[in-house]
Amino acid sequence: MIKEQFEMTGRYKQWAYALMGVGVLALVLGFVFLKPTGDANSFGVTKFWAVLMHNSIFFLLITIASMFFISATTMAMGGWQTAMRRVPEAISGFVYIGGAIALVVLLGYVFGSQNTAIYHWKDAEHVAHDKVLNGKKGFLNPTFYSIATILVIGTWIALRHWYRKVSLAEDAGEQGDRSYFWKTIVICAAFIVVYGLTVGSTTPWLWLMSIDAHWFSTMYSWYTFASSWVAGLSLIMLFIVYLKNQGYLEYVNEEHIHDVGKFMFAFSIFWTYLWFSQYMLIWYSNQPEETVYFQPRLKGPYSGIFYLNLIINFVAPILILMKRSAKRNYATVTFMSVVLIFGHWLDFYQMIMPGSLKGDENGGNSIGLFLFDMGVAAGFIGLVMLVAGNKLTKASLLPKNHPFVKESIVHHT
Amino acid sequence: MGQVKKYVVGCFDDENVLFPAVKKVRAAGYKIQDVYTPMPVHGLDHALGMRETSLHTAGFIYGITGTTTALTCMSWIFTSDWPLNIGGKPHLPLPAFIPITFELTVLFAAVGMVLTFCYLCQLAPFVKKHHFHERATDDLMVMVIECTAKTNEEEVKAMLNSNGAVEVNVQEAPVGWWLGRYDRPSKLFKTREVAY
Repeated sequence: MIKEQFEMTGRYKQWAYALMGVGVLALVLGFVFLKPTGDANSFGVTKFWAVLMHNSIFFLLITIASMFFISATTMAMGGWQTAMRRVPEAISGFVYIGGAIALVVLLGYVFGSQNTAIYHWKDAEHVAHDKVLNGKKGFLNPTFYSIATILVIGTWIALRHWYRKVSLAEDAGEQGDRSYFWKTIVICAAFIVVYGLTVGSTTPWLWLMSIDAHWFSTMYSWYTFASSWVAGLSLIMLFIVYLKNQGYLEYVNEEHIHDVGKFMFAFSIFWTYLWFSQYMLIWYSNQPEETVYFQPRLKGPYSGIFYLNLIINFVAPILILMKRSAKRNYATVTFMSVVLIFGHWLDFYQMIMPGSLKGDENGGNSIGLFLFDMGVAAGFIGLVMLVAGNKLTKASLLPKNHPFVKESIVHHT
Repeated sequence: MGQVKKYVVGCFDDENVLFPAVKKVRAAGYKIQDVYTPMPVHGLDHALGMRETSLHTAGFIYGITGTTTALTCMSWIFTSDWPLNIGGKPHLPLPAFIPITFELTVLFAAVGMVLTFCYLCQLAPFVKKHHFHERATDDLMVMVIECTAKTNEEEVKAMLNSNGAVEVNVQEAPVGWWLGRYDRPSKLFKTREVAY
């Protein structure tokens, strides 16, 4: 009899609660030291909101990437991942609470805060004088922003909810009943369209690119997608390795690990390609209205993070994950997963902070404040662990009636 | 033509028969030189106990060579040999070099790997090797067992026959390759005519 019913161990729960405790502590300390209720455009207020936005957007995007993983493999008839698909399914369950948190943070900032340092377009008086922002007024305004945000997160939640329902019904249904499978194809096709129109294009414009509202890049959304997708794959990998270590997922072996590793490797290169495409064109044409984005990142307090970003997200995976044996080794893939999640968290950090904290000399980059960012991130990690772990306990780890189960078990790269 | 060796050749028309046969022949201690198949058979390399190919290591080395060639060449030209002011950019504009470096890396790796593959498989125009069975490119999987002085051919043939081979014979064939043309005409159609 195989072990296919996950149960959270005491240590797992302790870790999750401890990390969440760190997050709450960081929030309280941030509240005390940054005084987010103080002067509207002070450094503390901006930093406080920027950190909350950074983490809530990052963790929402890397968990919804799991749903994209399911959709892409379903649409491509990729049967190899069936034995482990309950893992991305569980991770994407974070979208309820993560979506709610992101919604509260984003709308809280737009409507609840007087601060205009992060989103300049909130300031109606400023927009009236500003030619560029005035031209973008139809798109960048609180009403459009909030409706789009609610719609986006709502659609993700609805589709993920529907998918999970069908997936669980399949487990309870009759063996050989293909109707569930066809239903998942419909849901996944719909989700891919939604994902392409949200993460693939419009959502990063609204949530992230509008921080540097005068500037725009047509590569930006793809670049954000690539970043969250690599981190999302790494998160799936970490959960698989953890479950394997606990003796679950008996049918998942190094062949499956190898394939997820290939994805991590390939999309790290894809991320670099997009990063470079965005950077080189702006560098080459050297137009002031375009270079304004890279100026504070390349020269000044963020230059360390700028180069570190390239080293850990490009040089590290290409050198460490290139060999076949590395992608089949549990220790290497675990190490690389942690490195890549941190690397892309840092990538999001340098997308958000320089634009928000323009006036500040240090760019809000001092170690104490970086610890605040890390603390909030720890809270989110704990929450992801708890939510995903909880979803994993809700169903058998092997979707036993899925038509591709056998194909997944005999999978061979 | 060089050295000539003796081989016992067994032909199979079903993968599911071939795999157990490979296992039994190897367990009996005979050396399988190769199994020639008309299509890629999944897992056969593992069953034959072949070592992992080092073609990708060669590819990595060729790629690195391409990267180095491109970077050294361009940086030498644009800094020492013929410095030009292009759009006010620095003389060593690394981002502008990246696409060319990438292309040369790919070119070196691709061409190098193709040539290495041809060398390893001894493939070139006019290079000929012995074919153990012409239907190995059509519908038969041909297992070739190398004979030593101690090998009892009859025993091997009997073993192959009992493991489901549809055709078994003993051939003497040159070990290496030779230049030129095949010295005998194809018998593929004649055997077919007899068969039908």
